[in-house]
Amino acid sequence: MERAKPPKVDLWGRGRALLRAALIPTTAVLIALLIGALIIALSGANPLIAYSALFEGGLGSTRAFARTLEKATPLIFGGLAVALAFKGGLFNIGAQGQLLLGAIFAAYIGFAFQGLPPVLHSALALLVGALLGALWAAIAGLLKAFTGAHEVITTIMLNFVAFNLTDWLADGPWKDRAPGNIVARTPKVAAAAALPNLGGIPLGMILAALVALAVWWLIWRTTSGFELRTVGQSPSAARYAGIPVRQITVLAMVTSGFLAGLGGAVETLGVVGRFQPGFNAGLGFNAITVALLARTNPLAVIPAALLIGAMQAGASRMQFSSGVASEIIDVIQALILFFVAADSIIHGVLRIKPDDGEHVALSSGWGA
Amino acid sequence: MRGDAPVVLEARGITKRFPGVLANEQVSLTLQHGEVLALLGENGAGKTTLMNILYGLYQQDAGEVLVRGKPVRMRGPSAAIRHGIGMVHQHFMLVPVFTVAENIILGAETSRGPLLDMAAARRHIHELSQRHNLAVDPDALVKDLSVGQQQRVEIIKALYRNATILILDEPTAVLTPQETDELFVIIRSLTAQGVSVIFITHKLREVLALADRIVVLRRGRVVGETRPREASERSLAEMMVGRSVILQVEKQTAHPGATVLALEQLSLNDDRGQQVVNALTLDVRAGEVLGLAGVQGNGQTELVEAITGLRPVRAGRVLIDGQDYTGAAPRRISESGCAHVPEDRQEDGLVLGYSVADNLVLNTYYVAPFAHGIVRDGQAVLHHAEQLVAQYDVRTPNVTTSVAALSGGNQQKVIIARELSREVRLLIAAQPTRGIDVGSIEFIHQQIIAARDRGTAVLLVSAELDEIMALADRIAVIYHGRIVATLPATSASREQLGLLMAGAQPEHL
Repeated sequence: MERAKPPKVDLWGRGRALLRAALIPTTAVLIALLIGALIIALSGANPLIAYSALFEGGLGSTRAFARTLEKATPLIFGGLAVALAFKGGLFNIGAQGQLLLGAIFAAYIGFAFQGLPPVLHSALALLVGALLGALWAAIAGLLKAFTGAHEVITTIMLNFVAFNLTDWLADGPWKDRAPGNIVARTPKVAAAAALPNLGGIPLGMILAALVALAVWWLIWRTTSGFELRTVGQSPSAARYAGIPVRQITVLAMVTSGFLAGLGGAVETLGVVGRFQPGFNAGLGFNAITVALLARTNPLAVIPAALLIGAMQAGASRMQFSSGVASEIIDVIQALILFFVAADSIIHGVLRIKPDDGEHVALSSGWGA
Repeated sequence: MRGDAPVVLEARGITKRFPGVLANEQVSLTLQHGEVLALLGENGAGKTTLMNILYGLYQQDAGEVLVRGKPVRMRGPSAAIRHGIGMVHQHFMLVPVFTVAENIILGAETSRGPLLDMAAARRHIHELSQRHNLAVDPDALVKDLSVGQQQRVEIIKALYRNATILILDEPTAVLTPQETDELFVIIRSLTAQGVSVIFITHKLREVLALADRIVVLRRGRVVGETRPREASERSLAEMMVGRSVILQVEKQTAHPGATVLALEQLSLNDDRGQQVVNALTLDVRAGEVLGLAGVQGNGQTELVEAITGLRPVRAGRVLIDGQDYTGAAPRRISESGCAHVPEDRQEDGLVLGYSVADNLVLNTYYVAPFAHGIVRDGQAVLHHAEQLVAQYDVRTPNVTTSVAALSGGNQQKVIIARELSREVRLLIAAQPTRGIDVGSIEFIHQQIIAARDRGTAVLLVSAELDEIMALADRIAVIYHGRIVATLPATSASREQLGLLMAGAQPEHL
C-alpha cells in the first residue's frame, strides 16, 4: 500500500506561530515594566537609572550573568514542575514545599555521607531530593484522585507543613553543630556532593536545560504525554477513551513534584552548599510566574526563568545605585503574572483574537 | 385563513458573519399575528443565529428587525423582552433548587419596597396557567418536575414578561410523543389567544402537524416558504438538504448470529445514589441492531456507562461474547472489541482542543503503528487520519485542524470513523445523530447498518423514535430502568411504542 506523503513542514507557519505565542508574554513584560517605571517615578527616583542599574546587575558583566544563571537554574526546574502540572490540568501551588523537601534532603545526603565518589555522591543527593519532592506532591495527587480534594488547597496546606518540617530539621536533628554556629542550618555538603561548574557554566544550569528538553519530549512525543494532555484538556473524554484518569493525575503530580524537588536539590548542591531556611523563600511561587510567562511551554521556561532570574540578580544593584527598594522587582513580577494570567487584557490592547486550539487550563477543576 | 393578519415581527435582509462563516445572508421573514411559523433547517443552517438576533443576543451586520412595523435595534434580551418577544431555549435556563414561582419571577420580581411580593407573583402565575392550560404547581421545586413540565415553566416565564411573540428553539427534542402532543395543544391555545409563535425544528413530521407556514433555511439563506397543505416530508427534506434524501434507510433483513452482549439482572445507581436501572436483562446478537427506545432519563445513560465500564455495577452481570466484563476497566472493554459512540459528543467523545488526527486515535494512540513503546509516531497518526477523513467523508480543511472548528455532523463522523475503523464486535451508539444535519444522519445510519451487516452487534440508544424505527431490527422499550417490552421492529407502531415509553403496561395495549 502506498504511504501518503508526509505533510510538508511549514517553517514559515511555525515561525509565525512562535512569534504569535511570544507576543502575549513579551507584551505582558513590557507593560509590567512600564507600570513599574511609573511607580519608580512616583516614588521620586529616575526609572531610567533604576532600570539601567537593574540591567547592569543582571546582565552587565560576566559576574552579573553568573548570578543570573544561579538565580534562574532553580526557577527552570520549578517552572517545568508547574508547567507540566498545568498540562495535566493541575495547578501545583505546592512547588515551594516540594522544593524545600528536595533541598533539605539533598543537603542531608550531602553532609551525612563522607567518602563517596564525587559523581555518585552528587547524583545520589539529587535523586533523593527529587524523590522527596515527588513523595510530597504524591500526597496532593492521591488526595485529588481518590477524594476529589482540590490540589490548590492541599498543596497550599502541604507548603505550610513543609516550611515547618524543614525549619525543625534544620534547627534540630540536622542542625549544623559546628562550634560558634547559632543559626538554623545544616552542615555544609561534602565537596563530592557539590555541583561543579563546567567551563564557567554551572552544571545545574546544563542539567536544567537538558531536563527542559526531556520534559518537552515527554509531553509532546510520548504516549504518557498524550495521556497527560488529554486528561488536562478533557478528563471526561479521557475517561471515555479508556485512559486511567486517576492514575494519570497522581503521576502528573508526582512528576511535577520530582522536578520541583530536583530544583531544590540543585539549589542546595550547586549554589547554597547547605540547607538554610529562608534561602529558597519564594522560589516555588516565582516558578508559577515562570510557567505562566512561558505559557506552559517547557522550552520557553528557559528564557522566562532567565528573565525573572536576571531581575532578581539585578535587584540589589538597582537598590544600591538608584535608591529604589528592591521590592519593586516583586511588584513588577506580580504585574507580569497579572497580565499573563489576564491575557484578555492584552488581547484587547493589541486588538488580536485569542488563539484557538489547546488552551492552558489555568483554573480547571475549580468548584468541580 | 390568516393571510391578512397583521405582521407582528419582520426580519429584512438580515446578514450575520462569523469569522469564516456567513451564518445568515439576506434573510427576510415575517411573522403574522396568531400564527405558528415553523423555521426548518439542518443544524448549522443559521436558524439559531437568526433567532438569537431577533432575541437580541447577537447584533446583525446588515438588515433590520421590525416589531409591529417599527424598526427596532435589539441591544440585548432585555430590549427584546420589552418589545414582547420571549424565547424558550433548547436547554432550559432554570434554577433547579428554586420553586416554579421563584424561577418565573427571577429577573422580573414584583416587589413591595425592598421585599419580594410573592403573593402577587403567585396570583399572576396562577392566572396565566389557568388561561393557557399550562398546569404547574407554583410551589414545586423545578428539580422535581418532568422535562415537559419544566418546558411549561419556561413558557409561563416568557408570558409572565408579557411576551406576545414566542420563539421555541427545538422544543420537542426532549419530549415523548405524548408530551409533544400536549405541547402542540398548548401552542394552539396560545395562538388562539393572539400569541404568535416561531417554532424551530428539524423534525418534518412536527412541522406538518403544527405549522401554519413553513420557512426553510439552508446555509444561512431562505430557500423556500410553503404551507403544510402544499408540502410533504419528502419535499421539505429536499428543500432542507438541497437534494433528494432517502428518509428510509436501505437495509436487508438481518441475519442475527450468536449473542454478543448479554446483560443479566443488571442494577445500577445514578450519580446521586438513586437506583435507576432495576434488574434489567437484555441480549444483543451479532448482526442485529437492537434499538433501545425510551424517554430520556429512564436509565439509558447509566446503562450505556455500565456496559462500557464507566459506571460501577450494583448487581448483575455484563457479558461480552460470554466473558464476564462486569466492572472491567473501560480500556479492557474497548479492547474486547466494544466501540462506543457516547451520548455527549463534545464532552465525552472528543477533545475539542485536539486536532482531528489526534481525536481519531484517542483510544488507540498507544498501540502500533501509532506508538512504538512509549514514543508516538506522529506520521502514522497523520497518515491514518488522512485515510479515515477520506473514507468517512469528514469535511475538514485538513487533519491537523482543531476538531472544535468542525460542524456537529463532521465531529460525529470523526467519532464514528474512530470507533468503526477497528475490529469491532459490539457497537454501543448513544444518540448517534442528535442535533446533526440530515446529510450526516444519512451517512451515519448507513455506517451503522454496514457495521451490522459485517456481523457487529449494535445497541442503539436514541430519543428519536424515527431513528429507532428506521434502524432497529428489534426494539426494546425502557421505562424506569426496566425493559417493559421487546418487539420485532416490523410489528411495532409509533403509537404502541409511545405508550410503552410513557409507562403503559404491554398487556393493556
